[in-house]
Amino acid sequence: MAITGVGITTPNVAPADPAQTATRRRHGLHRLLVNGKVTSGLVMLGVLTLIAVFGQALAPFDPSKRSSDILQSPSLKHWFGTTHIGQDIFSQVLVGTRSVMFVGFTAGLVATIIGVVIGVTSGYLSGSAAEGLSAISNVFIVIPALPLIIIITNVVPNSGDWTIALVIGFTSWAWGARLLRAQTLSLRRRDFVEAARATGESTWRIIGFEILPNLTAIIASSFIGTVMFAVATEIALAFVGISGISEWNWGEILFWAQGQQALPQGAWWWFVPVGLCIALLGTALSLVNFGIDEFVNPRLRASGQSTVKASDGSRVRMKVGFTPVLADPSRSKEIGI
Amino acid sequence: MSYFLRRLAFYVFTAWAALTINFFIPRLIPGDPVSALVNGMRGQIDPAQIQSLTVLFGLDKKQSMWEQYTSYLAQLARGDLGISFGNFPLPVSEVLTQALPWTLLLIGVTTVLSFLLGTLLGVFAGWWRGSWIDGLLPATTFLSSIPYFWLGLIAVALFTGVGSFLPASGGYEPGLVPGWSGEFIDSALRHSLLPAATIIVASVGGWLLAMRNMMVTVTAEDYITVAHAKGLSERRVMMNYAARNALLPSVSGFGMALGLVVGGTFLVEYVFSYPGIGLQMLDAIAKHDYPLIQGIFLVVTLAVLAANFLADLAYMALDPRTRKEG
Amino acid sequence: MKTDPVLEIKGLSVDYGLGNQAVRAVRDVSLTLNRGEVLGLAGESGSGKSTLAYGLTRLLPPPGVVSAGKVIYYPPGGEPVDVLSLTPAGLREFRWAETSIVFQGAMNSLNPVYKVSTQLIDVLEAHQPGMSRQARTARARELLKMVGISEDRLDAYPHQLSGGMRQRVMIGMALALEPKIVIMDEPTTALDVVMQRQILRQLVDLRKRFDFSVLFITHDLSLLVEFSDRIAIMYGGRIVEQAPASVLYRDSLHPYSDGLLHSFPALRGPRRDLVGIPGSPPDLRSMPSGCSFHPRCPKAFDPCSVDVPVLGTPADLQGPARKVACWLHPIRNSAD
Repeated sequence: MAITGVGITTPNVAPADPAQTATRRRHGLHRLLVNGKVTSGLVMLGVLTLIAVFGQALAPFDPSKRSSDILQSPSLKHWFGTTHIGQDIFSQVLVGTRSVMFVGFTAGLVATIIGVVIGVTSGYLSGSAAEGLSAISNVFIVIPALPLIIIITNVVPNSGDWTIALVIGFTSWAWGARLLRAQTLSLRRRDFVEAARATGESTWRIIGFEILPNLTAIIASSFIGTVMFAVATEIALAFVGISGISEWNWGEILFWAQGQQALPQGAWWWFVPVGLCIALLGTALSLVNFGIDEFVNPRLRASGQSTVKASDGSRVRMKVGFTPVLADPSRSKEIGI
Repeated sequence: MSYFLRRLAFYVFTAWAALTINFFIPRLIPGDPVSALVNGMRGQIDPAQIQSLTVLFGLDKKQSMWEQYTSYLAQLARGDLGISFGNFPLPVSEVLTQALPWTLLLIGVTTVLSFLLGTLLGVFAGWWRGSWIDGLLPATTFLSSIPYFWLGLIAVALFTGVGSFLPASGGYEPGLVPGWSGEFIDSALRHSLLPAATIIVASVGGWLLAMRNMMVTVTAEDYITVAHAKGLSERRVMMNYAARNALLPSVSGFGMALGLVVGGTFLVEYVFSYPGIGLQMLDAIAKHDYPLIQGIFLVVTLAVLAANFLADLAYMALDPRTRKEG
Repeated sequence: MKTDPVLEIKGLSVDYGLGNQAVRAVRDVSLTLNRGEVLGLAGESGSGKSTLAYGLTRLLPPPGVVSAGKVIYYPPGGEPVDVLSLTPAGLREFRWAETSIVFQGAMNSLNPVYKVSTQLIDVLEAHQPGMSRQARTARARELLKMVGISEDRLDAYPHQLSGGMRQRVMIGMALALEPKIVIMDEPTTALDVVMQRQILRQLVDLRKRFDFSVLFITHDLSLLVEFSDRIAIMYGGRIVEQAPASVLYRDSLHPYSDGLLHSFPALRGPRRDLVGIPGSPPDLRSMPSGCSFHPRCPKAFDPCSVDVPVLGTPADLQGPARKVACWLHPIRNSAD
């Protein structure tokens, strides 16, 4: 996952219909699940999760075990080839999936919880405390995250997966908080929230039952965004050799490959399968996020076909500003001009 | 308070917050590695430099936190960032002055190019939905999902090597003296081509997608229908009505995404051994060069803030609603 | 009755989607707009009145398609033009010069990032490329003055104007090229009642000066009764009644028109009881059989649920030209 602003459209996207009833929300969930992008993304994530859980058992070799098959290209025995000391790269990838998924999802969870608390609080409450929280999240957005994470990870002793996940989680909640705050601010002024307030419902009940359900899509999308960032960051940290090397992960495979000059030696198999796995995970997460975007912003949903087939077989161009006129047999006869 | 002043206040606040974070991080280091390093070099470093490190890292335990903080700010105000252990006896500020131009040029040029290219493609993809540009989306999504550094490694493997026009690493031919000579500039340009291309390829998809989605969203606005109804040329409706409005969120996103982009490009510098700030930072970490790490974090944060400020100015120029009521 | 048509809609059908998924929002509508008249088009939301307006100007966004019919424009002293068969370039030239539109959303019709002057001038640039820069600015100033906005607002951005002012700017813009037809789609719905009447009165004055025809679309029938010459009522994508405004107000034939008239308080004339219409507009995907209004109609009887009534002059009436599509008033024959 490249570290870029893929998600930057979301803040300006039209909010989901706030007056959704429970049934309509269920329909919404259904609509989200039948979305092809979401489904294929979730299937890919599911497969990777299975690998994360069972990777250790599935791995044909011990990922750290040396063997005499030194630097071999992919074969039936070693699907992804071997390293300079004969380790099986396929096993390393399988075993390393767990760490990647663990750090990604833990960091995503931590960041999302902080983001929801800070974003919703600062959006719903008013006054200097809310302004302060919002200012803090803006500061965290602007401060470059990776250098900060590198510094903190470097300072914290024995940085295992938990440490990395927590450091990433605690430094990357600000995007979500910002989005959620903006959305909460607009929800706060809606009729159904005003009505709940007028009938004397408690603040926490309003937040829990009126506000949060309407933020689901944005919470999900910021969670996925953070997972993408966390995965990219963890792999980067391992690649440059900053995080501990106690457990295998994809970044660490690349670290060894880089350290042993794999590419100059032509050992492409040491890099390419891992890179593709990273891209696969990133694509899966992006697909789910596209689906959520389309769910939140219906304008993105409409079919993107630029031409359609008319009844007489001719192609008709669908275009904003020029509604197509279908050829109609009766039109060929001039109607009394 | 006008929009401009509010933003300015925000940047001052953020700069202060960054300085403060930078103050606390080294004080949270368990043990006292800096003291140990300073003691190890006693005799080589002059007392003034020891004093400056003492202020930066709070080595004097008798001082209160507040005293440490004020003298830290006072010292930074003088531009004294201490001495670099890894590049001894160079002061941190000098190491930064050498590395910063490389990074600024590389990241500055590539990020702006990538933003412009991605945004322009996004305009077309969003306007002609279902066209071939729109068909690029899956490919760009996949490319955006690949880490910058991995793409860089592959680029090195594919395009460099014996007889290639493109060098695999470094910022210029070893042996050349950095300066305004034609030979040096030519060499520097050639060395920057591959890292630049890597950053652009990896990041263009994000901008493309963002702009495309905003175009699609904006195309459904009433004023676009009005523009069509007015019989304006397609180019004018697409550019001056749709793209001009869709650009606004992209520009504000540009500033905010910079903090992330910087992180990605650091690793590209690492892969290409490009002599910029990112390479220095990873090097400093390997050498436990705490003063340099601290200085780099500070400079990078301030640079991102400055870039954000520029993006804000651009936003203000583009969106009349942020200007004062006339 | 001698008529001088400026726009003739013949058998127009507009769909959303294609093939099996197509939903027909406008069904075989024929309507004539005469020179210099205000023709009101009324109906509940979802009746197809806006779709009709967007369809005939070909501004309907995807997945809308015009699936049948003709729209013929009669320029003064020129050859009739079939609007639906114009090429994109021809359509662009035709738009605004002959037919301009004032849209529903007073808030969003103006491009937020450009000054009012830019948006008034770009339409002149597009259609009258020979015009000098000074002439364009002068014209923009004149247009603002025409709709009662002081010329120093020329340099204002849309967000600096009130909702009423924005809609005036839109009306001024609509008259920039002195078109023969102005389509108004709920032009005053977003405004308060006082502003609404001010703007409409101004519109009446402007129409006297520039002699254009207006197709006025609204759900507020009481406005039409006051400001239009003729009224057509739409329901379920069809025109169900068409009559001179005063006649329709006094004696509406279709039970739906009757219901609409009783949904709004009339600002002038005798008071009526407000009743409204029970039920909701039909779902376009599953239209009721026969007359689409029959499930909500208080006077429905046997044939209503079976056969679709055709729009025509009722046999039981000798009065002025009026048409209705209702089994209570069977038509004389298919001709006018």
